[in-house]
Amino acid sequence: MEITIDLTLIWAAIIAFGVFMYVLMDGFDLGVGILYPFAPDEEARDIMMNTVAPIWDGNETWLVLGGAGLLGAFPLVYSVVLPALYFPVLIMLVALIFRGVAFEFRFKAKQSKWLWDLSFTVGSTAATFAQGLVLGAFIQGFEVEGTRYVGGMFDWLTPFSIMTGFGLMAGYALIGCGWIIMKTVDETRDWAYSIAQRLMVLVLAFITVVSIWTPLMRESIAARWFTLPNTLYFAPVPIITVLLAMLMIYAIRNRKDYLPFLCALGLFVLCYTGLAISLWPNVIQPDISLWDAAASPNSQLFLLLGVMFTIPIILAYTTWNYYVFRGKVTRDSVGYH
Amino acid sequence: MEFDPVLLSRIQFAFVVSFHIIFPAFTIGLASFIAVLEALWFKTDNPVYVQLSKFWIKVFAVSFGMGVVSGIVMSFQFGTNWSEFSYASANFMGPILSYEVVTAFFLEATFLGVLLFGRDKVPRGAHLFAALMVAIGTFISSFWILSANSWMQTPAGIEMVDGVVHVTSWLQAIFNPSFPYRFAHMVLAAFLTTGFFVIAVSAWYLLRNKSQEYAKVMFSMTLWLVTVMAPLQVLVGDLHGLDTLEHQPVKVAAMEGNWETRSNVPLLLFALPDQQAETNHFEVGIPGLASLILKHDASGVVPGLKDWAPEDRPPVAIVFWSFRVMVGIGVLMLTVAVISLFLRWRGTLYESRWFLRLCTFMLPMPFIAVLAGWITTEVGRQPWVLYEMIRTEDAVSPALTGEAAFVSLISFIVVYALIFFAGGYYISRLVKSGPEAEDAPSPGNLRRPSRPMSAADHYIDARE
Ligand code: HDD
Ligand code: HEM
Ligand code: HEM
Repeated sequence: MEITIDLTLIWAAIIAFGVFMYVLMDGFDLGVGILYPFAPDEEARDIMMNTVAPIWDGNETWLVLGGAGLLGAFPLVYSVVLPALYFPVLIMLVALIFRGVAFEFRFKAKQSKWLWDLSFTVGSTAATFAQGLVLGAFIQGFEVEGTRYVGGMFDWLTPFSIMTGFGLMAGYALIGCGWIIMKTVDETRDWAYSIAQRLMVLVLAFITVVSIWTPLMRESIAARWFTLPNTLYFAPVPIITVLLAMLMIYAIRNRKDYLPFLCALGLFVLCYTGLAISLWPNVIQPDISLWDAAASPNSQLFLLLGVMFTIPIILAYTTWNYYVFRGKVTRDSVGYH
Repeated sequence: MEFDPVLLSRIQFAFVVSFHIIFPAFTIGLASFIAVLEALWFKTDNPVYVQLSKFWIKVFAVSFGMGVVSGIVMSFQFGTNWSEFSYASANFMGPILSYEVVTAFFLEATFLGVLLFGRDKVPRGAHLFAALMVAIGTFISSFWILSANSWMQTPAGIEMVDGVVHVTSWLQAIFNPSFPYRFAHMVLAAFLTTGFFVIAVSAWYLLRNKSQEYAKVMFSMTLWLVTVMAPLQVLVGDLHGLDTLEHQPVKVAAMEGNWETRSNVPLLLFALPDQQAETNHFEVGIPGLASLILKHDASGVVPGLKDWAPEDRPPVAIVFWSFRVMVGIGVLMLTVAVISLFLRWRGTLYESRWFLRLCTFMLPMPFIAVLAGWITTEVGRQPWVLYEMIRTEDAVSPALTGEAAFVSLISFIVVYALIFFAGGYYISRLVKSGPEAEDAPSPGNLRRPSRPMSAADHYIDARE
């Protein structure tokens, strides 16, 4: 059964990649929404909106891929996690609805513009918070019997998941801030520079709290990190995190427009790695492994054939899309009307 | 009050998907229309085409946005509310829905950015290419989602092992028996929806002496489109019905309101089906016509509902009436197409005010037909989610409480109502301002050399 094992691993990698792409890409445009109300003026808000308008739709498609891919490769995860997270998912969907239509409606609105500004901000913030709740609940685990979720509708609601909710808000705000620095000029950029360092400190604080709280929650996670020789293998994760934070401070102080964004992405990569180290090889905590949750090899293979060809093509034209809309967004380069 | 999670989830699914389908039904056709306008502009350099394209792109953007956000909801509904069904069917549904994402959604979503915002940033050829990609994406999207839906109606290429679907033949499963008909029927429906929307808008301009030059071009273009598509749709619908008779006879019995298996079945024009009493009240029908349509023989034997146990029958009245609404609108569309041919021949297509009024009145019709069609299809297959394999009541998430389902249903209704009215308002404002309105001189526009119309447009505006 070697082939089964390989396919499941490949699929775990693909889904992890999909979710990760989503977190990075929608992460910065949600972050822009979170920072939106704090922008210095209306013009800055117009510009901020325009830095993400041509790409948000493509970014959110990674979310749909994560959902559908999960159903295809790990149906058990899909059918256990989604009912368990009924309300966080509902909040996220409703928030994404308001946020998504705000992009189109705001451009058409005159008097009601403030309304769509509001739904962009509230939508972005609520969607992020809900995703943070999902993350926290995912780390905590779910009550499962056989192939069914048997817990209650509110098992996800704990101090830990609320903390991860706020943590993710800080994280997205940080990449959003890096994005704004990279894509804008003048006052908007000055403003983003002025908040970047404080945001980074906030994010580091949350990273620290999660890193302490998670091993306390589950012994197996503590054992994973704090027994030799694991501690040595995994030590680069916290060390590089500190180095990246220092690089970011340097970049902010010396006004390197591209670097803060890249550093923020790097921090996300590291958090993601740390999480994978903690949870491996379970997809549903505490004890359902990737292999227990896998779809039939036949289905995994069928889907893999398509994905192998299409993901590189998608990455190619997504890159082209970013290339077309490269460079700074200024007051003159507004909208399609 | 007791909240039943199954019933509430069904209502929620039906509500959310009905809301969703309104937008794809419109944008599938509109994407192609925009691609055609862009291609015509590319070829002829006639500024009317680019102006029209810009106008419809704005309408497209609003409805596409609503299609996307409501679609994202759909892809999570399966898991949140129908987790038993998603788990059982994942080996087929998962790959198919994923294929939809990787082959279509990315295509649409990525090139949409270029189509909407990239006109000044990429060469003309690349912009046309983006328009084509968006249009192609909508078809691929329909292909996969309709394959998934058709497979739920007429499952094929699978075996059930311990309550879980395993695919034995991907080709048979994807191209399951009802798929070709449903795909053709839905794509035609989408073209008809866009066609009649554009027709209604141009007729309204013509009636008001607004944007005449533009209105005539699109009025004529889309009338030709529906003149071809409307008869084709009736034909495909008939074939679709014959296929359903073969694979889901009880659904056809419900569509016809036919209780007894018998020959010389009349085509009922009016009836009030009574599920309890197993009969119809106030029947008005054309003798033998249903047998003739379904068996191509007036004395053909057509199956009746009583051949199935009461718990295996769909709700008859809903299926019966929604089917009639759809077919009625199909006939109405055909009538409009025929009249337009006659008026073209007389040379009074743009002047007959009664015809223009009829055309504006058609605006909501295709949307109603699409919804009625889906209701026929979906309600007609009850009580099954996976036809004759998994019952709807067994498909719902076990942990889901009635209260939770109630809260989510109400949330979706409130949110969608808000979005729908806002979206409808913006679309109607765009439509009212007309194709020229867009040339308000913004810095981006003034820098563009290839906009010979802008000066003339202000003149037209000023005259009004
Ligand atoms: C891929 C699957 C799929 C697709 C493309 C559609 N549906 Fe569906 N539909 C279902 C999968 C489904 C389902 C999951 O199987 C439901 C939920 C409960 C049920 O009985 O079937 C359902 C139920 C359902 C019901 C309720 C029937 C009842 O319970 O009496 C209605 C009215 C619709 N749908 C309408 C639509 C419309 C207007 C669609 C157009 C887009 C549509 N469906 C597409
Ligand atoms: C259960 C059924 C359905 C699900 C789960 C579903 C899922 C989705 C999702 C997730 C999106 C947004 C994708 C994006 O980000 O661009 C979407 C949009 C779309 N859907 Fe659906 N959908 C369903 C029914 C249908 C049907 C029946 C059709 C057509 C025949 C359809 C055609 C489309 C198209 C063309 C789009 C692109 C957006 C637009 O044109 O408005 N969908 N759908
Ligand atoms: C007068 C001619 C028509 C006939 C005979 C006809 C026939 C049918 C039949 C038999 C079904 C149900 C098939 C099944 O579930 O097994 C159906 C479904 C449907 N119809 Fe029609 N139809 C006609 C006109 C239209 C028109 C004008 C539209 C919209 C513009 C439309 C849109 C739909 C849709 C969206 C569905 C559901 C999807 C599907 O099953 O294909 N139909 N039609």
